[in-house]
Amino acid sequence: MKESVVIIGGGIAGLEAASQLLALGLSPVIVEKSDHLGGHVAEWYRLFPDLSPAQDLVTHLVSSTSGARIYLETEISRINALKDGYSATLNNGDVLFCKAVLVCTGFHLFDAAKKEEYGYGIYNSVITNRDLEHWFGGLEDARIPDNPRAVGFVHCVGSRDVKAGNTQCSKVCCMTAIKQAIEMKEKFPEAEVYCFYMDLRLFGKKYEDFYISAQRDYGIHFIRGRVSEVSEDIDGRLLVKAEDTLSGKPLKVRLDLLVLMAGMVCSPQTGRIASMVRAEVDDDGFLRSRDNIYSIVESGRKGIFFAGACTGTKTIPETVAEARAAALSAFRYIKEKA
Amino acid sequence: MDFGFSLSPSSAIDLDKVDLSLYRRLEQTVPDIRSCIACGSCSATCMAADYSGMSVRKLILNLQRGADVKKMLSCCMLCGKCTMVCPRGINTRKLILDVCRYYSDNKL
Ligand SMILES: Cc1cc2nc3c(=O)[nH]c(=O)nc-3n(C[C@H](O)[C@H](O)[C@H](O)COP(=O)(O)OP(=O)(O)OC[C@H]3O[C@@H](n4cnc5c(N)ncnc54)[C@H](O)[C@@H]3O)c2cc1C
Ligand code: SF4
Ligand code: SF4
Ligand code: SF4
Repeated sequence: MKESVVIIGGGIAGLEAASQLLALGLSPVIVEKSDHLGGHVAEWYRLFPDLSPAQDLVTHLVSSTSGARIYLETEISRINALKDGYSATLNNGDVLFCKAVLVCTGFHLFDAAKKEEYGYGIYNSVITNRDLEHWFGGLEDARIPDNPRAVGFVHCVGSRDVKAGNTQCSKVCCMTAIKQAIEMKEKFPEAEVYCFYMDLRLFGKKYEDFYISAQRDYGIHFIRGRVSEVSEDIDGRLLVKAEDTLSGKPLKVRLDLLVLMAGMVCSPQTGRIASMVRAEVDDDGFLRSRDNIYSIVESGRKGIFFAGACTGTKTIPETVAEARAAALSAFRYIKEKA
Repeated sequence: MDFGFSLSPSSAIDLDKVDLSLYRRLEQTVPDIRSCIACGSCSATCMAADYSGMSVRKLILNLQRGADVKKMLSCCMLCGKCTMVCPRGINTRKLILDVCRYYSDNKL
């Protein structure tokens, strides 16, 4: 019988790891709590920096894991350590025996309503990055006007914010803001588009080129200053205030749509998952890796591995690379024990 | 009517009201000005900056905010050092010349 690895979470990390484990001759079992595979990426429409369809990636990953056993709408209730592996009890009563466990439980999107000053859930024309991806994907959204004259993007919503309890940078939202700003400009060429940022963090391949193109080819305005408050005027337009820190003056502008770049935060279930596999939670709320340089995919506990956004904010290429690394680490662990 | 006090004019920038006509015109002749990242290399290298208010960074920002730029320009020697250092490859010297041309054409 092939040795089995239990993968908790069927996002892109879990899927890519499963596909690699299959190729390595092991038998992965994915336990996914929602009703679909692909995790957050299944919600996005187009991906930076190539503007490739997110659905293509998810479809590819799902088809490459067709040999794996997959449980949807299922969670793990308990994991017990055995002499030479683990047993995982599912909430449907099934018990899975495995040599290693791979945690791929991902992140949570910050709840933008917690930053009340931005008016999400209060004003009609305030939406999040997730809402806009859904709309690009074809979902109706009455909050998005037919012909906006001015659209704004607020960076760092719930990230880099002690008051929100998250000091980490979410890494992906500067790029998401620029991507969505370009997409809005393509849909509404006459609209003025503003990005309100604290710092622009564009570290990856092609990212800076994407930014230059947003400035030069699309004329998107980048304003260095954190939005302080949003209010609504009598015509229902949003009045946004910030400091234009480059000129040192207060600045205001009226907008027809404001998009909040909600950040990547740790899943509220992290503590439960950590105690199940007896791993540790880091002080940023994400799972703690053995170290953050050489062993990000290792937990420090035998046979327990991590991949993807469960250990911190990650882009898709980083997540996929970690999933491959984790699959290989699990494979070596199992072979070296045998 | 004299109330015995006056209000100081607001220094706030209202992006709905700013006059961008000059900026829009320059976007056509020096399209790269849109890609300024306000790094300040131009001002740091400028020989006129120490003795005057000259700063290409501020020039571009003021143009984007519809503010006055005339006073600053009178100190530029058109030496072109700012163009040599700009990391975004903006032809700042041409920008300065185009602004000057705009002022002289319009007898401003
Ligand atoms: C708005 C936005 C846009 C983005 N766009 C891009 C982009 O264009 N390009 C790019 O490179 N990156 C992008 N990213 C980043 C990308 O979404 C992440 O890198 C990726 O989702 C991480 O994958 P993951 O599998 O680790 O986590 P997730 O996508 O969060 O998947 C985790 C999965 O685990 C499941 N799960 C969680 N807990 C349990 C549990 N206890 N039991 C069972 N299952 C569980 C979840 O239901 C989910 O299916 C974007 C992020 C955001 C917020
Ligand atoms: S990636 Fe950009 S928007 Fe996101 S938290 Fe970091 S600095 Fe803020
Ligand atoms: S061209 Fe003018 S602004 Fe540029 S460095 Fe020379 S003096 Fe300064
Ligand atoms: S050097 Fe170039 S990019 Fe930097 S502030 Fe000056 S004009 Fe802008």
